[in-house]
Amino acid sequence: MDATSEAHAHDHGHDHKPGFVTRWLFSTNHKDIGTLYLCFAVIGGLVGGILSEIMRAQLQFPNNHIVSNGQEWNTIITTHGLLMIFFSVMPALIGGFGNWFIPLMIGAPDMAFPRLNNISFWLLPPAFVLICIGLLMGESGSGWTLYPPLSSSIYEPGMGMDCTLFALHLAGISSLLGAMNFIVTIFNMRAPGMTLHKMPLFVWSELVTAFLLLLAVPVLAGAITMLICDRNFGTAFFDPQGGGDPVLFQHLFWFFGHPEVYIMILPGFGIISHVISTFSKKPIFGYLGMVYAMVAIGVVGFVVWAHHMFISGIDVNTRAYFMAATLVIAVPTGVKVFSWIATMWGGSVELKTPLLWAIGFLFVFTIGGVTGVVCANAGIDQVIHNTYYVVAHFHYVLSLGAVFSIFAGFYYWIGKMSGHQYPEYWGKVHFWLTFIGVNLTFFPQHFLGLSGMPRRYPDYPNAFAGWNFVSSLGAYIGGIAFLVFLYVVYRTFTSKEHVADNYWGEGATTLEWMQTSPPAFHTYMELPRVS
Amino acid sequence: MSSDVHGSTVSISSGLKQPYHLPNPSPWPIIGAIGGFGIVFGIVLAAHYGNYIVLILGALTVLTTMFFWWRDVVRESRTPGAHSPIVRLSLRYGMTLFIASEVMFFVGFFWAYFNFLIFPHTQGDGQTVWPPSNIHTFAPFHLPFLNTMILLLSGTTVTWAHHALLEKNRRDLLLGLGLTILLGMSFTVCQAIEYSHAPFKFNGGGVYPSTFFLATGFHGFHVIVGTIFLIVCWFRAKAGQFTPERHFGFEAAAWYWHFVDVVWLFLFTCIYWYGAGQIAPE
Repeated sequence: MDATSEAHAHDHGHDHKPGFVTRWLFSTNHKDIGTLYLCFAVIGGLVGGILSEIMRAQLQFPNNHIVSNGQEWNTIITTHGLLMIFFSVMPALIGGFGNWFIPLMIGAPDMAFPRLNNISFWLLPPAFVLICIGLLMGESGSGWTLYPPLSSSIYEPGMGMDCTLFALHLAGISSLLGAMNFIVTIFNMRAPGMTLHKMPLFVWSELVTAFLLLLAVPVLAGAITMLICDRNFGTAFFDPQGGGDPVLFQHLFWFFGHPEVYIMILPGFGIISHVISTFSKKPIFGYLGMVYAMVAIGVVGFVVWAHHMFISGIDVNTRAYFMAATLVIAVPTGVKVFSWIATMWGGSVELKTPLLWAIGFLFVFTIGGVTGVVCANAGIDQVIHNTYYVVAHFHYVLSLGAVFSIFAGFYYWIGKMSGHQYPEYWGKVHFWLTFIGVNLTFFPQHFLGLSGMPRRYPDYPNAFAGWNFVSSLGAYIGGIAFLVFLYVVYRTFTSKEHVADNYWGEGATTLEWMQTSPPAFHTYMELPRVS
Repeated sequence: MSSDVHGSTVSISSGLKQPYHLPNPSPWPIIGAIGGFGIVFGIVLAAHYGNYIVLILGALTVLTTMFFWWRDVVRESRTPGAHSPIVRLSLRYGMTLFIASEVMFFVGFFWAYFNFLIFPHTQGDGQTVWPPSNIHTFAPFHLPFLNTMILLLSGTTVTWAHHALLEKNRRDLLLGLGLTILLGMSFTVCQAIEYSHAPFKFNGGGVYPSTFFLATGFHGFHVIVGTIFLIVCWFRAKAGQFTPERHFGFEAAAWYWHFVDVVWLFLFTCIYWYGAGQIAPE
């Protein structure tokens, strides 16, 4: 540790933190901006989570009237989806952990463009305000997919829908600028000797994610620009009366939307790799395979979008292609799952909270992956499209998979970020409550979907009452689990105990573990060397 | 101290001082974000209530932010040690990626255009043709071709300026750059003339004017942005801020200009020429 403390003693002169406003509003520091993103993600997740509790309360019994009408219901589902994707999962995994740990892991003193980093964050709160205007006015009932004519001025004439669309513009600009910043940082600021093939898997996962954002988000921007023009300025892109085509919107949306689901899960892959390797005290199995599996998922992820449109009237050959291409993605995904298991195999496995979340991730992500293969079959999808089976599928991969990886990352790194360790007991309580809660919520939805319960309705026939009741109970347990998480955060930040630089020991080998906990305000003022 | 990353050794210090530029805290990002909110919320208010105040305030905030933020960047570029060679490489990567994302933005509009061109829908008259049967289009080899020539010529003048810059010939640099700017402005003027003579209207004109105006309109907006970028470079060139070794601002403007040029070539060939229907009478 001698060299470390010496290096930090050298840094000490630069470790002067600016005053509150300058530090948090005008920040050019990747760690502070990462912290802002993480706090923002908690708020986004909290609001989105409250909406899910309202929805499950409404669906707990048939003929319930907690939500007064279908429009209100539709607005809630729209906002729930958009909040969770753009204002919770993405800020946590990309803005939060990405900002904190990409520079620390590659030995860079900050991001390539620190001011750009700050505007990436500060575009999100205004976007959040706009989304909330759409919610509170009850005028954004199109579903998160924003399909016209549901989002056209005929069916959604109010300004709330426009606010929601513009919120996506701001969030999109934020993501784009962030993506450019990440790519440049990773390509140009790696420490001497850290070749791409020596780069930690989390950094690789963020690199692939950033490329997906860079190429997918502008297409969404184009699509919602056309939609806004259709709504307000008399164009006819998606209006058949003027020769337009609603299916065009679906193509443009899913050309963005499908890479978007990999944008949400890939950084999680990176975190899970680190957690599993650390707590198995083994290097990750098949490092290069893991890298190129992510690259393959990213590339193939761009050419499978129409599997979201199997019942949109596309012809059978198109369906055959998109089905085949989609099934191909199961191969690199399988490579990853098996490599994670192989990493644990024969390892000295220590079941600390982060690893519990990682193993939980493997479980729920595999279920979501397997039901994904089911949904990918165009013939089967004719039946289960827009049913609760699909809802169960994507919640297993995203609201379970991605969120489990966020919590794995939180428990893995919170000591590094704050200098205080989380309470192990409450971390485990949080995990088990969440695990039971979310599985109870979403597993029965497979049954509901297979028996034909459609999504996006605030009510259902009595025949579906049983599993809906179970699902709602699960949601309440999940809600309590989130309160436990807030308690864990409280306990962590009020803890008097300070953790060491590398509190996970020999299994944690990446560069951030050579920094103090929390790291100095400016790290790597002298570059490290990898040889 | 050393550690192990995939079987390699890490030493905490290589003895190399970090060569990157760590700018001081800046108010412009958050002010710009608030301005961005003003613009988008202002558009909503303008469209629904005819109230333009928020939009104007938002736009002014964003323009002010752009001015001061880039003023800071220009100043930093002239501060010794701030824009080290590796920082200049970062800026190059950044501009390349920005242009890549802009390309994808236009891909969306071309996608819409080709969707309608290849699979035209009826517009009530039962005819599935592109352009729609009620649409008269511009003569491609009239103003559009002149615009093509203008932009191609401007691509050569900006390259002339670049070579002059490399040869430390400031007179030719200013001349080449100035000509590029004038050509850019004349392109915008020609587009404005063309728009004012359009035989179809944006609002309520159906799908052809929608795709035409949004694709060419966003291109036109990019031409204006690129022209302003070049104008800034002209003043910087006049002030002697560019050297044969260091002139990234100029290069970025030139790259952007070439990008705008290439988009136009696609617009011209695909929309004006290949997509020409019954030509509107002059």
